[in-house]
Amino acid sequence: MDAALALIVGKYNYWIYIVLMMIGLYAVVVKKNLIKKIIGMNILQTAIILFYVSIGAKKGATIPIIAHAHNGGGEHVIHAAEYINPLPHVLMLTAIVVAVATLGVALALSIKVYKQYGTLEEDEIYEKIRES
Amino acid sequence: MKAIAMVAVVLCGGLLIYGSLDFPDWGDPNSPASTHLSPYFIENAIPDTSVPNIVTAVLADYRGYDTMFETAVIFSAGIACLLLLRMFTPNAPDSRLYRHTPTGVTIRIEQGGKLPENTQEFQRIDLSWVPYDVIVNTGCRLMVPFIQLFALYVIAHGHHSPGGGFQGGVIYGAAVILFAVSKDLRSAIEQVGEKMTAYLSSAGVLIYAGTGLLCLFLGGEYLNYSALAGLLGVDPIAARSHGILIVEVGVGLAVMAVMVSLYYILSSDGKLDEGL
Amino acid sequence: MSQHFPAIIIVIPLIAAFLVTIAGWINRRYCMPIAAFALTTALYGAVRLVLQVMAGGAVTYQMAGWPAPTGIVYTIDALNGIVLVVVSAVALLNLVGTSQIVARNYADRLAPFYSLYVLFVTGLLGIVITGDAFNLFVLLEITSLTGYALIGMGRTHAPLASLNYIFMGTIGASFYLLGVGYLYLSTGSLNMADIAAILPSLYESKVVLAAFVICMTGLFMKMALFPLHGWLPNAYALAPSVVSGLIAPLTTKVMIYVMVRIALTVFTPAYTFGTLGISQAIVWLAVIAIVMGSFMALSQKSLKKMLTYIVIAEVGYMVGGFWLANRTAMTGAVLHIINDAAMTLCVFLAACSIRFKLASDRFENLRGIFRKQPVTMAALVVGALSIIGVPPTCGFFSKWYLLSGGIAAGHYAFVAALLFSSLVNAVLFFRIFEIGHFEPFSRHGHGPAAERINEAPVTMLVSLLAAAAVLILLGLYSGEIVTNIIDYAIPAQIS
Repeated sequence: MDAALALIVGKYNYWIYIVLMMIGLYAVVVKKNLIKKIIGMNILQTAIILFYVSIGAKKGATIPIIAHAHNGGGEHVIHAAEYINPLPHVLMLTAIVVAVATLGVALALSIKVYKQYGTLEEDEIYEKIRES
Repeated sequence: MKAIAMVAVVLCGGLLIYGSLDFPDWGDPNSPASTHLSPYFIENAIPDTSVPNIVTAVLADYRGYDTMFETAVIFSAGIACLLLLRMFTPNAPDSRLYRHTPTGVTIRIEQGGKLPENTQEFQRIDLSWVPYDVIVNTGCRLMVPFIQLFALYVIAHGHHSPGGGFQGGVIYGAAVILFAVSKDLRSAIEQVGEKMTAYLSSAGVLIYAGTGLLCLFLGGEYLNYSALAGLLGVDPIAARSHGILIVEVGVGLAVMAVMVSLYYILSSDGKLDEGL
Repeated sequence: MSQHFPAIIIVIPLIAAFLVTIAGWINRRYCMPIAAFALTTALYGAVRLVLQVMAGGAVTYQMAGWPAPTGIVYTIDALNGIVLVVVSAVALLNLVGTSQIVARNYADRLAPFYSLYVLFVTGLLGIVITGDAFNLFVLLEITSLTGYALIGMGRTHAPLASLNYIFMGTIGASFYLLGVGYLYLSTGSLNMADIAAILPSLYESKVVLAAFVICMTGLFMKMALFPLHGWLPNAYALAPSVVSGLIAPLTTKVMIYVMVRIALTVFTPAYTFGTLGISQAIVWLAVIAIVMGSFMALSQKSLKKMLTYIVIAEVGYMVGGFWLANRTAMTGAVLHIINDAAMTLCVFLAACSIRFKLASDRFENLRGIFRKQPVTMAALVVGALSIIGVPPTCGFFSKWYLLSGGIAAGHYAFVAALLFSSLVNAVLFFRIFEIGHFEPFSRHGHGPAAERINEAPVTMLVSLLAAAAVLILLGLYSGEIVTNIIDYAIPAQIS
């Protein structure tokens, strides 16, 4: 029981992100509305971003900005354990930007589809393609 | 179809959770990610680059190459929307709406009709026009310059507080979009035109790539800012700090221009005529 | 300057993309020359790098002056270098070939088109040359984004096909990112060589196994391996023809290169082929891909759609050859990356030329085309012979290696699938040749009407002939390529 509790406490953040990821994946695969698929794709990407950010957490550490740096000339010693890991944050800045860019292009394509077929539901669009 | 997908997704999730049993605990300071590479960044950010914000130091200096491509991603998203939606040869729209200001009568002019020339009395309105509201318009007009100032502050203070080029650029773009939403798309285009956004976005990324190329010509590797020490007249460590500021400015310009351009194109369906 | 070639190869095309955008607002005629100059520089740099690698071993370059694993480091070895040359050469040939067609069809959107074109090639070059796992993701996303936009410009329901490609492609890239995240979680590093050094002590961990599987799944989605190939036929067939000559030869092959890189460099061959035990399953997937691709190609009624199913089958060749895990098969797979890029370029350029002149590539419209477009069809014949696998074109040699590798591994299903696919390709292309030679009778019934030659623009003909010549040259020099480059590309542990 203790071991199971320790397991849950130590890993529950990863499980939440996995559930979120699977919700996004389900939305992309199953939903018929193009906008809902785009939202599902965004949820998937957001879950991965949260996963990375949680890798960098450290118990009892503060944000990775070194305080009083330019006042005392940085004389005090910097211990790595006092600051959280900055690298996942850097990587995820990039990933967020990439997700937003993909969202922009996906929306532009949806507008084109809507102008062409007048609807955003996939089955109706395929009907119209079959008819033409 | 839904059942198969649900089964597959649950299976996939279960496998991932099974795989997560070997992960390091959440917040463990002895995990490989926290002990292998990042202590170097935390301990050496100030001796190497004299930038207290470690995230900015890593983003723009140690891994600055990634950030350059990230800016290129934003740029290509803007160009992609331009390529896909923008109609450069706007044929006359199907019908235009004009409002006669003295009487408040709205007239619709179909294609081929004569457009009213007396612009004092006739005001062009959009399909989704709402009457002029003092509170919304004045409030937004008052807020926009402060938002822009805050955006510039965020870009400039990326060294000392959370911030930097991307965040500042988005805030600035949001200010312009606020103006466009509260007033009119056409008046926003008058202030920040399409040509301006195209030039600014290219200029922003060119500043970044060009700085790297300058470092190459001055003898260092690509994007090695300490090579700029002679040009800027400071020691190599301060040169790194200044180099980071230069590229952050470039990033901010590019992001701002692309955000505004994306809004213009997406909200007006490529015609840059009538918007939200 | 020559020690900075790894950076220059990527940076010159990148800056050129932005200059093209600015040039578009000044004078549109500058766009194509700037793009051509950038790609020529990239090709020159790539060739110089390959010669450097062949003379002195692997070349490394530290971006921003920071050593690995602190910074991003580029490593060029034999495998990288040859794929770099292939990517830049194919992109340049397609750019030159389609320049007049683009100037006619997309005159008002020249600047964004060429800007995205050059950014696409920059992304591909970066994917091939990088030695950092996260940098690869960013470049993968540049390539994907520009690809989505270029494909979305096509006809009929191309925006919908591109949107489906976005969904599958983003899920694939996100899985790759997740795999890199797992690797970072367990090793703490992002540099490929560094991860490879740390991993051997962690091979029993479930995390590493999950990382491998997730990475590979993401890559299989992006390279359109069966059963994750659904997005490819529509996306490539409906894309503008000027763009399919760029995207079709390159995207899947570069993804296969990434798979090879991750399986051989990040995870050592001992782990990939020994500890994991999934090689057999993947070879069977490849066999199904080859058979299914060939079958579907038989039932198509238009040239481009047929070619896209052939692309799916070719992906099966390379993936199957790689996962057979013996030296001959892997040589065949790597040689096929080079050859298939050239073959696909040749046939897609020919399809572009046909579509430009005829406005439709359905088989019934191809009657008498040998008289109307002799040069185009000559190039198509050479490309077809290469896809079928007839010496002295290059396709024969890579197929020979793949077949020998399959026999050596005892995987007779793979051998049978290869032979079946060659037969089906022969049927497919000879059907086209037959229709192409059939000349319609003239209205007055006095005998076959004399069709005038109505060929594609000059630049297209030059590219077609160059592509066909490359196919034959690659075939004649296969032996040298294998002994001088590919033998060094494959690590020595593989027998």
